[in-house]
Amino acid sequence: MRKWLPFSLMTASLLSIWLLLTESLTPGAVILGLAVAFGAQRALMALAPPRVRFRHLRVAFDLAAVVLREVVRSNWAVAWIVLRPGGTERVSGFVRIPLDMRAPYGLTALACIITATPGTLWVEYDTSDNTMLLHVLDLIDEEEWVRIIKDRYERRLMEIFG
Amino acid sequence: MTYAADLPVWAAVPTAFLLLLGAALALIGSFGLLRLGSFYDRIHAPTLGTTMGIGCVLAASMLFFSVLETRLVLHELLIGVLMVVTTPVTLMLLARAALYRDRTEGSDDVPPPPLPPVKDRDVRD
Amino acid sequence: MSVVLLGWSVFLAQILLGLAMACATYRLLRGPRAQDRVLGLDTLYVNATMLLLTFGMRSGSTLYFEAALIIALLGFVATAAMAKFLMRGEVIE
Repeated sequence: MRKWLPFSLMTASLLSIWLLLTESLTPGAVILGLAVAFGAQRALMALAPPRVRFRHLRVAFDLAAVVLREVVRSNWAVAWIVLRPGGTERVSGFVRIPLDMRAPYGLTALACIITATPGTLWVEYDTSDNTMLLHVLDLIDEEEWVRIIKDRYERRLMEIFG
Repeated sequence: MTYAADLPVWAAVPTAFLLLLGAALALIGSFGLLRLGSFYDRIHAPTLGTTMGIGCVLAASMLFFSVLETRLVLHELLIGVLMVVTTPVTLMLLARAALYRDRTEGSDDVPPPPLPPVKDRDVRD
Repeated sequence: MSVVLLGWSVFLAQILLGLAMACATYRLLRGPRAQDRVLGLDTLYVNATMLLLTFGMRSGSTLYFEAALIIALLGFVATAAMAKFLMRGEVIE
């Protein structure tokens, strides 16, 4: 049972993708979808991915709300930067940010969140001293970005992924 | 578009608004590709289209077909999920490729690679 | 009422997306560097996905949705392969 359980979340999401694609909830579609989901899950187990330790669902919803708000807010900010007439005073640049998190899924989630938000881009991760290189479109204060990344995202991700 | 004649106005207005907002954001993002100066600035621009731009268009499409066919049409969510998962990966890969190319050419605009392990780090700090 | 409103807004959205694709194509053709071209191509794919969705709304068929899904998938694979190529000079090592 333990062999199947770790990726039940994976199976559930594969099944829901299948049902969305076929657009039906008939027993035939569900059975076929379950078969496909279990087959794909078995194939994935062959890759031996690291175990997910997912805790604190409430923090995850909290994080999702924060990310959504930030994405909308920075959409307007970047749109304004693009459309603003003139505007040579803006400075963009790289910031190297020291991280405390080591969990691989947490780092993946952080990279995706930062890159998906307009105006910030995860460029590089250095395993030896656990730092990341961030590119910011509108860089005002480097210290502030270190604080934003750590307080807004990393703290919550460390709670979720441990 | 005569088949949409029985679409109520309360659904048509938000559909039109979301559609135009999404298309406008995609245009602003693509315009940013022309407007911004360096590659590392330009790589931020398409995220406008891939986050809120396509989100608004997908929401408009879902609302439109759900009301028109009087059932829940949700398969647009798949494109949304695909975009959320793939966009960061492509942009990160592209940024790393650009950084690698700039570093091998010895460009001054990019930060140097992370310091090599342990010993000379103490010296340079 | 809703036919006129939707007809015009879909038409206008298609023009906006067409302009967006023109911007991306300019970046694709002019560079200046290879990574700019790949970025332009990626943007072109995303805009094409949205344009197909608006075509789907115009014609009322879900066939366009599947085309949009395939373009989104192909765009990811193509961009990932080209970014890999820029980095190493090889796609498969």
